[in-house]
Amino acid sequence: MIQTFADWLVYGLFGLSPASRWGSAVNFFFYDAIKITILLFLISVVMGIINAYFPIERLRNYLTSRKLYGLEYLLAALFGAITPFCSCSSIPLFIGFVKGGIPLGVTFSFLITSPLVNEVAVAMFAGTFGWKITGIYIVSGVVMGMLGGWVLGRMKLDRMLTPWVRQIQAQSEAETVQWAEDKVPFLKRLPTIIRDAWGIVRGVSIYILIGIGIGAGIHGFVPDAFFAQWMGRDNWYAVPVSVLLAVPMYANAAGIVPVVQVFVTKGISIGTALSFMMAVVGLSLPEATLLKKVMTWKLIGIFFGVVAAIIILSGYLFNWLI
Amino acid sequence: MEIKVLGTGCAKCKTLFDTVQEAVGQLGLDAQVIKEEDLMNIMAYKVMALPALVVDGKVVAKGQRLSVEQVKELLR
Repeated sequence: MIQTFADWLVYGLFGLSPASRWGSAVNFFFYDAIKITILLFLISVVMGIINAYFPIERLRNYLTSRKLYGLEYLLAALFGAITPFCSCSSIPLFIGFVKGGIPLGVTFSFLITSPLVNEVAVAMFAGTFGWKITGIYIVSGVVMGMLGGWVLGRMKLDRMLTPWVRQIQAQSEAETVQWAEDKVPFLKRLPTIIRDAWGIVRGVSIYILIGIGIGAGIHGFVPDAFFAQWMGRDNWYAVPVSVLLAVPMYANAAGIVPVVQVFVTKGISIGTALSFMMAVVGLSLPEATLLKKVMTWKLIGIFFGVVAAIIILSGYLFNWLI
Repeated sequence: MEIKVLGTGCAKCKTLFDTVQEAVGQLGLDAQVIKEEDLMNIMAYKVMALPALVVDGKVVAKGQRLSVEQVKELLR
């Protein structure tokens, strides 16, 4: 249906020829932009509904008040996936977890998965790569959070937190902050949720358009298999190089997924593309500077190093499996 | 009336600050709107999602996008 509309708009209304480079690039642009915007809106609404019923305080109380025998890593990673990520909340969340006596490793599980699996990344993946790749992305984001948190937890890194955080940790108690369960009926909440979702769409739409625009340009003008020789499956260094390239990039998922998708059609293997994306979204230098308030540089370095290593390993795994 | 917007300086926090000022203006309230950016002070309110809105020492909203209308409702 969207394709029909894009065809009508570009070939009919604009009068571009489907066979021309411009025609195919412009058609690609409109088709992707419309599809992704719709998906992003719908996924944001779903996430908003989930969040209305599982506020973060409730999740934290759940983690502090029960003995979970290792399951807490999975739960923390899953919670990270369903809570909306905002870099401005990552420090308060971190402190909140530490204060509640949640082990550092479990907190890391949350911190790794939260930016990786978020509504924008999921919508962009679903819109450009399809549901199968999106599913792989989500599952591996959660598994990575579990694994990374567990590894970091085993390394006993607590002494590398900044002194004031250690103090909070020492005084931690299983405080259960009362989250006011509001009994607002669902139908009354829905307008707020929809407005929030619309706000997300509006906030990132410019990046989506830029990303798709660049993607469409490459799509129409760069020959297929252009990247295959140096970023293809057979080059062993493709995965680590793309991860290292990705860390300093702070492009949000909205802008970068469409570009990466076009790279894949031009010969970059899907595993390399996935690990590149994960490193862009999951590890960013601005986030590192934020974390500086609660961690020493050494701890931030270890945190990023472990996560980057896991992302690189998973890149090889994907290249081998898919 | 004392109104505080808690936030570490991200875009969402600035938006909320502007929204609150707009709401205060529309209601004609005699209120001070303070931007609280210091992390230690923010953590004293036990919030885990930012930005948060504090009215007379009480957290009334956190981690949400609020419209001017919603803020007006919370200030009444």
